[in-house]
Amino acid sequence: MAQRIDVKDLNIYYGDFMAVQGVSMTIEPKSVTAFIGPSGCGKSTFLRTLNRMHEVIPGAHVEGSVELEGVDLYGPEVDPVAVRRTVGMVFQRPNPFPTMSIRENVLAGVKLNNKKISKTDADDLVERSLRGANLWNEVKDRLDRPGSGLSGGQQQRLCIARAIAVRPQVLLMDEPCSALDPISTLAIEDLIQELKKDYTIVIVTHNMQQAARVSDRTAFFNIAGTGKPGRLIEMNDTATIFSAPSEKATEDYVSGRFG
Amino acid sequence: MTTASPPAHATRHEPRRRRASGDTERGFSRVFRWITTGAGVLLLGVLAAVAAFLVARALPAFTASQAELLADGKLPAGVTSIAQYVGPLVFGTLLAAAMALAIATPIAMGIALFISHYAPRRIASGIGYVVDLLAAIPSVVFGLWGGRVLAPLIADFWVWLVGVLNVLPFVEFRATATGRSLATASIVLAVMILPIITAVSREVFLQTPKLHEEAALALGATRWEMIRTAVLPFGRSGVISAAMLGLGRALGETMAVLMILSTGLGYSLQIFGAGELTTIAANIASRFPEASGLAVNVLIATGLALFIITLAVNMAARAIVARRKDFSGAN
Ligand SMILES: Nc1ncnc2c1ncn2[C@@H]1O[C@H](COP(=O)(O)OP(=O)(O)OP(=O)(O)O)[C@@H](O)[C@H]1O
Ligand SMILES: [Mg+2]
Repeated sequence: MAQRIDVKDLNIYYGDFMAVQGVSMTIEPKSVTAFIGPSGCGKSTFLRTLNRMHEVIPGAHVEGSVELEGVDLYGPEVDPVAVRRTVGMVFQRPNPFPTMSIRENVLAGVKLNNKKISKTDADDLVERSLRGANLWNEVKDRLDRPGSGLSGGQQQRLCIARAIAVRPQVLLMDEPCSALDPISTLAIEDLIQELKKDYTIVIVTHNMQQAARVSDRTAFFNIAGTGKPGRLIEMNDTATIFSAPSEKATEDYVSGRFG
Repeated sequence: MTTASPPAHATRHEPRRRRASGDTERGFSRVFRWITTGAGVLLLGVLAAVAAFLVARALPAFTASQAELLADGKLPAGVTSIAQYVGPLVFGTLLAAAMALAIATPIAMGIALFISHYAPRRIASGIGYVVDLLAAIPSVVFGLWGGRVLAPLIADFWVWLVGVLNVLPFVEFRATATGRSLATASIVLAVMILPIITAVSREVFLQTPKLHEEAALALGATRWEMIRTAVLPFGRSGVISAAMLGLGRALGETMAVLMILSTGLGYSLQIFGAGELTTIAANIASRFPEASGLAVNVLIATGLALFIITLAVNMAARAIVARRKDFSGAN
């Protein structure tokens, strides 16, 4: 249920604009990898190339390769739709489908892959996914109410439930807690620790403490100036990044002396 | 007045401070409120005036005795009461409009989705432009085109279709060789209401939050699945409103029907035949020039029926839109 990602010499473009240049990294299975770096350095952009969501934007494209267990996601034979089923994603702002109930939201991905699923299987899956997202006890009595009626933190956990309901190998999270209060944030951080047993997790965060708390490895991205592409400066065990980084820029950034 | 008045300095101070903080803002927004309220009241007034006119002028037709109606009401042969007259007209009107809507809505949604989610930007704006051009064509031109060009062309197709349909048990359609049938008129009506439905649907589809589209795509949705899970549910109420706008136009459309259809009066499903059906608007237009006295009141009574139908359609649409408000995505 978890796979290794190998990125080699990845350049990422929006049209002619090169947003990220020359990233190579390995993301270990069943671990949490955090991306940190100043705003605009391309963390989200890079994250979205890992499940080919990047190319949804008109004109956006990449050079280089992203391999999932040795299979290049950008190979000519590969269907981006299949990639996104394997590599799930949770967005910065909670985005449950507003026209669907809580239950329908959880099942949305499964229904898409249009497997016919029996009522009991569906019930099982809904309960399992919501339990997996630590949300079951809060919503079990109102599964048929709209998902958009939940609190922000609950909505975000609903989105996580929806993402894990299709059983991906990898879960990408782009600042999943930035719109949440400290309690909800804590709930999601705990959840990430749980999910790590089954999934490869990549999380973008602006919160240094969060990166230090939840991640096993940390990658620091930086940008030389506006209009220049973002680059991967350094990637190492989280403890090392925060205590003894090998780059000066990393040390400045994690210690708050940046810019 | 016996109420205890607050300390004098407070009464004098409060309003002045408020006015000082937002004087211009306040003055302007008050004017604006008057303008919008005035516009709303004016609209209601116009509506009430139209309704009052229709009721007042239609009343003689309802109160007239059967003998008077037969003598002076210019009812068609075989019709002896207002109900017998209005009934088939309402039926024909609803049938024509419903068929036009059934043809136009799916096509309009297809075009709107193509423009909003499939076509490259340049092609999309080209198509959007062409559709908007359709809206600028006067209905007389549509009528001429429908009667002179489309009807003869499509007549053979209707004859063939009727041949096929009549194979089914209990089905016995007649087809006219001139093509001047309600089916042809409905096609022309569909073309006429296509632009408004397309334009409104396109706007609604374009407003689908990126957030929800990406949510669907990230779950592994194909483009069509993304449209089904994110775009269509979001646009549902908008498309219904669009269809109702189109329906309103189809219900009231006069020239196109008048110039295409060879009219008749009856409750008939012979949509491919000639002289079977007509619509209220077309009927009024064809008879009004020669009508006088009670005959005018009779025609206005049919107009009142059209007014009520249109009102009812719009209210039904609002009810549909409001029914699933919780799930509307308004938050
Ligand atoms: N849709 C887009 N079209 C064009 N350029 C974009 C688009 N999205 C992002 N960019 C550009 O790509 C670069 C990287 O942006 P990105 O959103 O990946 O940064 P980020 O590290 O996630 O920043 P933040 O921490 O603020 O979220 C920026 O220069 C940004 O302007
Ligand atoms: Mg970002």
